[in-house]
Amino acid sequence: MSLQASASQTVGPFFIIGCTWLNRSEIAGEGVAGERVTVEGRVVDGDGNAVPDALLEIWQSNSEGKYAHPDDTQNKQIEPNFQGFGRVPTDDDGKFRFTTIKPGRVPGPDGKPQAPHLAVSVFARGLLRRLVTRIYFPDESGNSEDYALNLVEPERRGTLIAKKTAAPGSLEWNVVLQGDSETVFFDI
Amino acid sequence: MGKINGYRRPFPGTQPNFLHPPYVSSIKRAPKKPLIYMPHTLTEVTGPVFERKIVDVKAFDLTKQHSGEPVGERIVVSGRVLDENGRPVRNTLVEIWQANAAGRYLHKRDQHDAPLDPNFSGCGHTMTDSEGRYRFVTIRPGEYPWGNHHNAWRPAHIHFSLFGPAFATRLVTQMYFPGDPLIPYDPIFNCTADEKARNRLISQFDWESTIPVQALGYRFDIVLGGREETPMEHK
Repeated sequence: MSLQASASQTVGPFFIIGCTWLNRSEIAGEGVAGERVTVEGRVVDGDGNAVPDALLEIWQSNSEGKYAHPDDTQNKQIEPNFQGFGRVPTDDDGKFRFTTIKPGRVPGPDGKPQAPHLAVSVFARGLLRRLVTRIYFPDESGNSEDYALNLVEPERRGTLIAKKTAAPGSLEWNVVLQGDSETVFFDI
Repeated sequence: MGKINGYRRPFPGTQPNFLHPPYVSSIKRAPKKPLIYMPHTLTEVTGPVFERKIVDVKAFDLTKQHSGEPVGERIVVSGRVLDENGRPVRNTLVEIWQANAAGRYLHKRDQHDAPLDPNFSGCGHTMTDSEGRYRFVTIRPGEYPWGNHHNAWRPAHIHFSLFGPAFATRLVTQMYFPGDPLIPYDPIFNCTADEKARNRLISQFDWESTIPVQALGYRFDIVLGGREETPMEHK
């Protein structure tokens, strides 16, 4: 039997009325091990204007590199209260912010561990499908060998790597939907 | 962890492109550079698992969220969530949001000159059962004008958000109503090239879920990406 997946449609401008109940800007609760990080940034359109009606969803492993999912059969521990899911809307200025722990290295398809990363979905009015991207961490030695980063031409990889800010534990990462500095989006 | 069984890619034409100029909002928001094709890794074949206990058991009935009854025609919207292999997608979250009967959303940016309904918030959620079934009770949303082009009106629709078993299966879509005369003119409905794929977003009137003297039933089945049957080979 072979069905075809239902067609995607835009979330439109008013998704927030239906999605707020599941907003999660603190991905790792108390007792979850790992280096605490805050990720802040902005979503902008092809004119550099703020996108005030975007929604980001984050998916990540714990600090051991294990996903809270039955298909992750690695023999590693996971905290019972760690889910690894975040959902944050942008504000009127296109800004978003969430806190979490830096994930560990999960296995890659080539047998090598992937560099620590957060998987991100971007939804917004004007996007007929979600956009999929990733956030990597600065000064991470594994980045140079990372499976997904190496699918990307070197000059564009920087759009996937968060930048340190002056505040300790704080990272900046932006989503540029369109233009010369367009964020890399993946076809998954 | 050995080889990863990825999820299937969509059939050509059955999903919208990012840029669809008749939908004006896509022009400045669609990426211009090609997406980078990524074979699925453990990251994409896993995804958030929600426990049933987070579900508000009353959230499936949008007509019972306030002290009074909302204005409008009560309806039951139900169906099954299947994957492309025809298997039920069990215990997966389904979220919906919609305009009220007058075509107005409970949102600060919705300035349509139509009344808000103090008894209708327009959002709900539920979880599919062990056979992939879901059911909502709501009111039929109104059509409403929007600024996309001259005399633009959106057909009546309900927004749906689903997770499925993996990051790769996440879907947000919209459900339409059979016989709505605005459907053929709607650039959002028309963004998908394949006609059959478009038409699968139109629900069907359904006697079986219609409640006598209470509410008309509409059936809307949703299909999420299915898993590849054999492990994908990687270099």
